[in-house]
Amino acid sequence: MKKIDTCGMSCPQPVLMTKKALEENPEGIDIIVDNKTAKGNVERFLNNSGYKTEFSENDDTFIISARK
Amino acid sequence: MKEKRTIIITGGLIGIISVLLVYLGNPANMGFCIACFLRDIAGGIGLHRAGVVQYIRPEIIGLVLGAFILASKNKEFESRGGSSPFTRFILSIIVMIGALMFLGCPLRMILRLGGGDLSALIGIAGFVVGILVGVYFLNKGFNLKRNYKMSKFEGYLFPILNTGLFILLLMSPVFIFFSEKGPGAAHASIWISLAAGLVVGALSQKTRLCMVGGTRDMILFKDNYLLLGFLSIIVFSFIANLSFGFFNLGFESQPIAHSDGLWNFLGMFLVGWASVLLGGCPLRQLILSGEGNTDSVISVIGLIVGAAICHNFGLAASPSGPTINGQIAVGISIIITLIISSVNSEMKIRRE
Repeated sequence: MKKIDTCGMSCPQPVLMTKKALEENPEGIDIIVDNKTAKGNVERFLNNSGYKTEFSENDDTFIISARK
Repeated sequence: MKEKRTIIITGGLIGIISVLLVYLGNPANMGFCIACFLRDIAGGIGLHRAGVVQYIRPEIIGLVLGAFILASKNKEFESRGGSSPFTRFILSIIVMIGALMFLGCPLRMILRLGGGDLSALIGIAGFVVGILVGVYFLNKGFNLKRNYKMSKFEGYLFPILNTGLFILLLMSPVFIFFSEKGPGAAHASIWISLAAGLVVGALSQKTRLCMVGGTRDMILFKDNYLLLGFLSIIVFSFIANLSFGFFNLGFESQPIAHSDGLWNFLGMFLVGWASVLLGGCPLRQLILSGEGNTDSVISVIGLIVGAAICHNFGLAASPSGPTINGQIAVGISIIITLIISSVNSEMKIRRE
């Protein structure tokens, strides 16, 4: 599964990067985010776009997996 | 759904608190105005000498500390920085030049509309077009590069500075300037203003409320979450203004505003565009600065320096209209924003 790293990017870059990556990999991707705001924004975008999301926490980062 | 309800309630409370602040002494349609209040602070500490707009606004201090306290409580406080700080500084000066052409930040723009000032509609039109231009560059890959973790203390400094500013306000030493007349002399009492700032700061931190984010996310992602907060402020400030008898519909003779359509449009056009590049409106920058984001601290300092420049160089408009200097500054700022937008877009980076 393709994985994108949005750590350090400020609003709205994590969502933009997610959107772009999904256009190339519509079946699903994993997204690494490093703050709760980005996590919330990315999850909201994925849910609005019809993806199911799960997340796991890893040190200071979250890994969101988006699947059709 | 719960998330949306929370931001609608937040917008409603901000709309009502803003009108209450006017009732308790703030200038008309200026319960909150991040640009105006930072401009007053710049005057209060003597960075400019426009005698009618000098005061240390406790609302600003409250916004920063409210965000700081809630972010710390929820373990969301994190010191970060290093994402093109000087570009952000310049963009923030530009945001202030645009805001003081229109006479208000995006938050005051909608509070003006809620009070019946129809010039705000022209401001909103400019604001939306500015956001569209900003979104165009976002889609072209515009970004200001990543930020990095900083020491905890780096993030604590700005909340500490704001506490110091509040102490200065309480002690009122002779080197702090306080307007004796004009908007700077109109204010609610210190503790009420501080409390209002704390509440709105905490609410904005929780919901990530952002005036520019609403329209931006709607265009980019068809996401109406932030836009609901924006609209809720308009609706509830309108209702509150009606109830207090403050509502006054029209273009002319509106409080601390001018009705020059072209320059109201261009002022907010600049604010919308530059704010998209910064990643958030002036309110959002203040909230982030309380959460430990030192790039946003640099933006807030840029807004303060921008305000000083505006008043020292005669760029700020007044109720009698814009100045020639201000018009030239807006023109130059549009060119600088275009350069910053192009240089930081990915097409350009790839070529390098």
